[in-house]
Amino acid sequence: MSNKDIKLVQLPSPNFVPERDRDKPLMLEVSHLGIDFGGLTAVNEFNIGISPTEIAGLIGPNGAGKTTVFNLLTKVYEPTRGTILLDGKDTHGMNTIQVNQAGIARTFQNIRLFDKLTVEDNVKIGLHNSIKYHMPTGVFRLPKYWREEKKAHERALELLSIFDMQDMAGYIAGSLPYGAQRRLEIVRALATGPKLLLLDEPAAGMNPSETSELMENIEKIRDEFKIAILLIEHDMNLVMGVCESIAVLNFGEIIAKGTPAEIQNNPKVIEAYLGADEESSN
Amino acid sequence: MDNIKRKYSKKTISSFINYGIVIAFFLVLQILSVTGHLGSSMKGQLIPICSYIIMALSLNLVVGISGELSLGHAGFMSVGAFSGVVAASSLADAVPNGIIRLLIALMVGALFAGLAGMVIGIPVLRLQGDYLAIVTLAFGEIIKNVLNCLYVGADSKGLHFSLKDQQSLHMESSGKVILSGPMGALGITKLSTFFIGIVLIILVLFYIQNFVNSRPGRAIAAIRDNRIAAEACGIPVTKYKLMAFVTSAAMAGAAGALYALNYSTVVPKKFDFNTSILVLVFVVLGGIGNLRGSIIAATVLTILPELLREFQDYRMLVYAVVLILVMLITNNEKAMEYLRKTIKKLLKSKSEGRHTT
Amino acid sequence: MLSYFINGISLGSVYAIIALGYTMVYGIAKMLNFAHGDVIMIGGYMAFCSTAYLGWPAIPSVLFAILVCTVLGVIIEKLAYKPLRDASSLAVLITAIGVSYFLQNAALLIWSSNPKAFPNMVKFPNLVIGDIQISSVAIVTIIACIIIMIVLTLFTTKTKMGKAMRAVSEDKGAAQLMGINVNATISMTFAIGSGLAAIAGVLLCSAYPTLMPTTGAMPGIKAFTAAVFGGIGSIPGAMLGGILLGIIEIFAKAYISTQLSDAIVFAVLIIVLIVKPTGLLGKKISEKV
Repeated sequence: MSNKDIKLVQLPSPNFVPERDRDKPLMLEVSHLGIDFGGLTAVNEFNIGISPTEIAGLIGPNGAGKTTVFNLLTKVYEPTRGTILLDGKDTHGMNTIQVNQAGIARTFQNIRLFDKLTVEDNVKIGLHNSIKYHMPTGVFRLPKYWREEKKAHERALELLSIFDMQDMAGYIAGSLPYGAQRRLEIVRALATGPKLLLLDEPAAGMNPSETSELMENIEKIRDEFKIAILLIEHDMNLVMGVCESIAVLNFGEIIAKGTPAEIQNNPKVIEAYLGADEESSN
Repeated sequence: MDNIKRKYSKKTISSFINYGIVIAFFLVLQILSVTGHLGSSMKGQLIPICSYIIMALSLNLVVGISGELSLGHAGFMSVGAFSGVVAASSLADAVPNGIIRLLIALMVGALFAGLAGMVIGIPVLRLQGDYLAIVTLAFGEIIKNVLNCLYVGADSKGLHFSLKDQQSLHMESSGKVILSGPMGALGITKLSTFFIGIVLIILVLFYIQNFVNSRPGRAIAAIRDNRIAAEACGIPVTKYKLMAFVTSAAMAGAAGALYALNYSTVVPKKFDFNTSILVLVFVVLGGIGNLRGSIIAATVLTILPELLREFQDYRMLVYAVVLILVMLITNNEKAMEYLRKTIKKLLKSKSEGRHTT
Repeated sequence: MLSYFINGISLGSVYAIIALGYTMVYGIAKMLNFAHGDVIMIGGYMAFCSTAYLGWPAIPSVLFAILVCTVLGVIIEKLAYKPLRDASSLAVLITAIGVSYFLQNAALLIWSSNPKAFPNMVKFPNLVIGDIQISSVAIVTIIACIIIMIVLTLFTTKTKMGKAMRAVSEDKGAAQLMGINVNATISMTFAIGSGLAAIAGVLLCSAYPTLMPTTGAMPGIKAFTAAVFGGIGSIPGAMLGGILLGIIEIFAKAYISTQLSDAIVFAVLIIVLIVKPTGLLGKKISEKV
């Protein structure tokens, strides 16, 4: 399906979601989220609602606080104020690890792979919490070890095949080309079995053909895994092409929300981009 | 697919080569010793070599695989050594069989050192890099200092402990003192054997090699490579760091017990900062994360001072210079390149020489 | 009570002077210079030789010790550490340990392991106030420490070289782009640190007048923990950490147990680091995600 004809509907709360998800509860509901760093407000009054199968975009000029929002959602930073409801559950008091186990997986703007491990092992780290055996089983190589490892191996290859990377399974992750590293990060995040996938500039450093392939894959992932995706991206072709709803962040606050078409014509957004860093306006 | 299969089999082969090396080492030395080709000073080194190999392997688990710098590994060896000695001495009547008593002592040593590792690890593993290094150093010093003041005695009522002196143990007249502060453990019955030492090395190797290639081992390697990404993948970072640290401490404890039960006296000062550093040198020179390298480095560097005996006073100086030079050369691209070329040339000329003759 | 306190400050001043060397080198080269403690020992021997064998008076022999250690520090840096500037911190650490072994064993060959009785260099009478006696060595140590602190603070804030040092420790690459000679700045740091180590060596041996090749090792480790205690890389931190460590050690010896005093000192360090992982005055460095 193309997102050009997508319609957003307003929920009882001040959130917009794609029409098909109208009657489903929100996957992510963030209200009044904010953080101060030493008296300086980095993010303030951040409100967003993402429905269970929505692809949402978060855009804004450099330094607007987009990655900070991701860091708040994944509890790399503890929010100063506000609430984050994931699938109706408050993530207050959870740490990064628990948030992942609760269903948020992410990629990083500056790629963070396990450089010295193989591609397959990187994915298996994502599968860690679904591999069911403990230390003694592993050390003594009990039958369960072989069973679980085999299952993990097959699952890892299956996940890698989303990006056609199954042939690279034995390579050392740090030696992969840049684009492949970004794709591997997405696979690893998917391996943790998330309900919500956060992608931080997934197309950075990719060439146009890689980017268009990525766009297809993002939709494929959403359709196959039935998950919500929130992505940060500077490549407007990608954002306008795959996102169903877009939120624009400037100076830590949301200045506009809407469909790609609405955002493109929003004077506030144009001003924010032109008034800020020219380079990032593309 | 093919690629992966090859990788797995490579890992397995490498593991078996390691077992083979250890067994070959044992057989060669055993034959030399039976046929009388082994000097008494070398014979005396066999069990310490086993201990140091286990120390190096276990430290490699922390430094190489977990990626944390620990400067207090001798502290765990010390805990294992003295708890092992206390166990062996106090069970002298109850368990007359030496081998069984040794095995109990090794287990007690591993248990206590593992406990010490847990007590230390829980609060400090949150620290990173140089800070963790300094805290482990401090713990090593604390353990040495406390053992230096520890008196333990055994009589018919059981074990008595004191941090002051022998009198405050308040023992029956028939009781015997096992540990006496800075004098350490006196009158130990030698229980350790080379064979048990080798078995222990193989067990430790088996454990580490299988551990590394399993779910927890993978998690630990991931934490080493990128802690933040590991957290984002839902890996309980502290749990796994602690697992590696405690396991390593327990192995060091067993090594300590093996070491101590090879001598008639052992003093706490033996397991000081310098011993921690010595083991770290084994690990670094053997190659961080490289188990075979640890085994070879621990063996060679334990024998080396013996071989350098003819230099007498100069040997430690030579050792220091060798250490510095090795670090400078292995960390210099040009020097390594030159070295590789020279070795290649040498090999080439040798094989060519063989062809012509 | 008061005399314990003054003894503590005096011992702490020695630690502080040594810790300054550790902290400056760490701040600028990001390395744990384990050979620093042995430079102290060399400083002690130099002062000992020039007074005991050559019969020099106190001031020239101290200056001689400073000169030798400064040169030694620069040579060590040039030969052993500079080639490893881009190597892993573990490689540098092991090399530093190699240097430490080298210095200890060289000293062992030259001066043997027999302890030397360090000559009394401070020839003032002890200060007596009421029934409290304060040793002249303690007074000289404290004064020396204060002077060093003031001079060093002025140096790092007012002089060009000092500012360059701070710049290099903040960001080596940026400092280089600004036209700062990074290598010269690092050499200078080693020179200052080693010179301070010589002074610390003389003061340490004056307070505890036995000199052995291993004399520097334990104070070196303790001063290093003092530097970490105060927040490694921070000059006031090293000062504070050193003095607190000295006071804790003397009081632990006096009121708890002489034998366990080292354990107590290290335990306090660990507690501080657990509560405040970057030391008392250390800056928090968080990784950018």
